[in-house]
Amino acid sequence: MKKYEIAKKKALTPEIGQISVYAPLVAAKAKAGQFIILRVDEEGERIPLTISSAVDGLVTVIYQKIGGTTMALDLLNEGDCLQDFVGPLGQPTEVEDLGRVAVLGGGLGCAIALPVARALHQAGNQVDLIGGFKTKDIVILEEEMSEACTDLHICTDDGSYGYHGFVTGKLENLIESGVKFDHVFAIGPLLMMKFACKLTEKYNIPTTVSMNPIMIDGTGMCGCCRLTVGGEVKFACVDGPDFDGHKVDFDEVIARNATYLEQETKAREKHLCRLGGGAMNG
Amino acid sequence: MANMQNVRTLMGDQDPANRVKNFKEVALGYSTGAAMNEADRCLSCVNKPCVSGCPVGIPIPDFLRKVADGDIAGAYEILSNANALPAISGRVCPQETQCEGKCVRGIKGEPIAIGRIERFVADWAAFRGITDKVEPVPSNGHKVAVIGSGPAGLTCAGELARMGYEVTIFEAFHVAGGVLSYGIPEFRLPKSVVKREVEKLEKMGVKIELNMVIGKVLTITELFEQEGFEAVFIGSGAGLPMFMKIPGESLVGVYSANEYLTRINLMKAYKEGAATPVLRNKKVAVVGGGNVAMDAARCAKRLGADVHIVYRRSEAELPARVEEVHHAKQEGIVFDLLTNPVSIEGDEKGQVQSITCVKMELGEPDASGRRRPMAIPDSEFKMEVDAVIMALGTQPNPMSYEGTPGLEKNRKGCVAADENGCTSCPAIFAGGDAATGAATVILAMGAGKSAAKSIDEYIKSKQ
Repeated sequence: MKKYEIAKKKALTPEIGQISVYAPLVAAKAKAGQFIILRVDEEGERIPLTISSAVDGLVTVIYQKIGGTTMALDLLNEGDCLQDFVGPLGQPTEVEDLGRVAVLGGGLGCAIALPVARALHQAGNQVDLIGGFKTKDIVILEEEMSEACTDLHICTDDGSYGYHGFVTGKLENLIESGVKFDHVFAIGPLLMMKFACKLTEKYNIPTTVSMNPIMIDGTGMCGCCRLTVGGEVKFACVDGPDFDGHKVDFDEVIARNATYLEQETKAREKHLCRLGGGAMNG
Repeated sequence: MANMQNVRTLMGDQDPANRVKNFKEVALGYSTGAAMNEADRCLSCVNKPCVSGCPVGIPIPDFLRKVADGDIAGAYEILSNANALPAISGRVCPQETQCEGKCVRGIKGEPIAIGRIERFVADWAAFRGITDKVEPVPSNGHKVAVIGSGPAGLTCAGELARMGYEVTIFEAFHVAGGVLSYGIPEFRLPKSVVKREVEKLEKMGVKIELNMVIGKVLTITELFEQEGFEAVFIGSGAGLPMFMKIPGESLVGVYSANEYLTRINLMKAYKEGAATPVLRNKKVAVVGGGNVAMDAARCAKRLGADVHIVYRRSEAELPARVEEVHHAKQEGIVFDLLTNPVSIEGDEKGQVQSITCVKMELGEPDASGRRRPMAIPDSEFKMEVDAVIMALGTQPNPMSYEGTPGLEKNRKGCVAADENGCTSCPAIFAGGDAATGAATVILAMGAGKSAAKSIDEYIKSKQ
């Protein structure tokens, strides 16, 4: 197999894809919670993606087609090679025997929550994995998730499948019904993590969040991914991506992640335009 | 008899009004005639003070004499034997404090423009394909790993390859060159020049492994035990950006100079349609007075901003090369000297709106020998800006070597290495910013060269 070759590709939903990339050195070192940075082509930007699994020389990542780069990534097929693939970066999630834990995954965040839940489960924890999606049609990784935890709870915003409501609602239900969680891991969109932390703060449950700010190098060099944690500036790429959720200044991260919203929208439109043109010509 | 003209031979520049609209090289370089005329100003002094000012010890009067005689190929041979990256150092060295600062002609007039001639010779050789005519030296069977492909790593690798070592450079980024690629802008050091020098090394047999973050994907210990390297050179630079720890530094629109420059230089965000974005600002404050501050300011200018340099000391203390300050001023960059930021303010969306500064005055000299800047009471004022770039210097990034058994660090957190590049581990060597903290390209090159010599001695001593 060639360097950075896409060995396997699968569409999990129309919007979410999964690729397994041949990168044996990265695969040998990868641990739950770490990420890679890839570039699709010679002119491409560097984007971080969390490692979903790493076996037999293959590193699996899951992406959502939200911008120009992820759309370009999705155009590649099995046998194609990525331009660059670097990792494993960041600190692995601290996996220890905590007792009973809840792992919250929001949408694509479930892809990241999965290896964390699996590692925690293997370490002897009783794991409630709560996966939230907008609707039934876009539920991903259900089978894998159910194998990686003690109890899987799927939630949908519209009630089309599983619990009707957000993951925070399900978590609160469990807590209110008497489940005593020793630790919560929340992985997903910033707003979901922010509200999960508000909830766990109320119940005084230690909470780890996995941050996903904008990055370039992923080695601490640019400081682009900085965030404020307990009043101190931290770099998500080297100090994280996991942080104590009760100390993270979420509003700041939310603002920083919107820095290039305008450019990203343009890139997406341009890409859709190109795709449209291609389809018409083809 | 030498040319006794008291001033330097002029080198053309791109007109400031035009160049602020492009990223093409500012300094246009000498013609053969201009280089010969300038080189002929050399008096061939017996004690060669210029050589003592050169961190890589180029026999300057010898190559200048060749140029003056019109033997440019001969000059290149002398130059390239002493300096692995002449096209780069000729462009970015602070010559005024090194070779040119010691030039005898500088006493009564202007010193010889050694840097300009060095650049001319290197470019001349490249245009004629001489640079490309390098052959790999037969292998001596010994493997050396170099961490980082910046000036220290490239020089160290080049020197070792010349001695017959099998050298592999491990670079974390997707492009080789380190600060030469991500930091120094195209208009000061064209990336084609960096590429040329890197390709020369590859032709000499140096292997370059990109996307390899040592410390993460492989540790130094694994380089020895699994990969079979006999010595490791750490040239990973000083990559961690510093911030001021003032309120508002995480607002949208506050950049470290590293981030801003990386987006522009490495990721080509200045180009229309680039995949990596960078903000196009109206008014930018660049905090700091070094070369990196000048680079960031001049990039911001080229992206259409009105740019202010905010520096807490006076013009005399600006650490940047004189030429960079001169070029920045020509380009209309405003210098707010004796000015220090105290906070950055944002709007309701968390975007930078203004920077609040105080006026400073210089007091008694501090530990660095420079007069200590002190805030003038009640001198606070606010400047409306939509971006702030922090160019305050950098710290070493310990990622590549953290946790290596027995490897000692110094007080600054750099790898503790002596002037020969030796560390507390006999098989590990270090040099450049990774060992000294942020300094210059040429000092890193000098360190890479010394370390290569030490590595050779070490490996020979084992046999």
